[in-house]
Amino acid sequence: MWIYDKKLEFPVKIKKRDPKLAKLIITQYGGPDGELGASLRYLSQRFIAVTPEAKAVLTDIGTEELGHLEMIGAIVKQLTADCSIEEIKAGGFEPFYVEHGLGVFPQSAAGAQFSAGGIQSKGDPITDLYEDMAAEQKARSTYEYLIDMIDDPDVAAPIKFLREREIVHFQRFGEALEHVRQHLSGNHYF
Amino acid sequence: MDATLYKLTQLDFCALDLKLYLDTHPKDTDALAEYNKIAAEAARLRADYEGKNRPLTAGPVTGDSFVWIDEPWNWEESYN
Repeated sequence: MWIYDKKLEFPVKIKKRDPKLAKLIITQYGGPDGELGASLRYLSQRFIAVTPEAKAVLTDIGTEELGHLEMIGAIVKQLTADCSIEEIKAGGFEPFYVEHGLGVFPQSAAGAQFSAGGIQSKGDPITDLYEDMAAEQKARSTYEYLIDMIDDPDVAAPIKFLREREIVHFQRFGEALEHVRQHLSGNHYF
Repeated sequence: MDATLYKLTQLDFCALDLKLYLDTHPKDTDALAEYNKIAAEAARLRADYEGKNRPLTAGPVTGDSFVWIDEPWNWEESYN
């Protein structure tokens, strides 16, 4: 079960439209290392988790990623709110616009639709946690590449916040992995 | 952004981050005490904000309108 909290984890307040930037940032909505995949990965993997720590971490981080998904959606929405056709053309936003208008759609920066092919739920608690640690690093790298493309401090602030969360999540998954290792030692060890 | 809402956002984030830490350190009594303190403070601030402004989660209402639906919503610029 989930209960919705009508606020963002970190405020998003963007004053200047920038469809060109929206086209890049949407990759963290539905791209291969984005927040939708992250949430789906952790919330699916937790069903076979074997320690209370791993079950808690996968549930809580999977939930937090949904909050990040809505932050990215808010950034994309605010970057494109009420864009004129001239602004859409000037920002190279036409391919997205002809398919989705000014809607928010899960896709990568390169235009590939969201795919579960970017995630794994392997049925092995050790394998899954290694995948999760790698996923957090991949998301951190993506946020750093995005930061290279951002000049507007209103956009940079929430993106920097999200980058920092990847680092914390990596740490927590590493600790969960250690608990699982101890739990499994003596039975089977990988 | 409303000052109380801003402070609540900060406190809720502190509580969330401590919760993740406690997930892998459930017997750290210092962190547990800090978490309890921040979560209690956040609950007080939430009640204060909701009493004066709007509900943050859907629930029973005292007036004759379901104010949960009131705008702006949290992804909109004017909310934040």
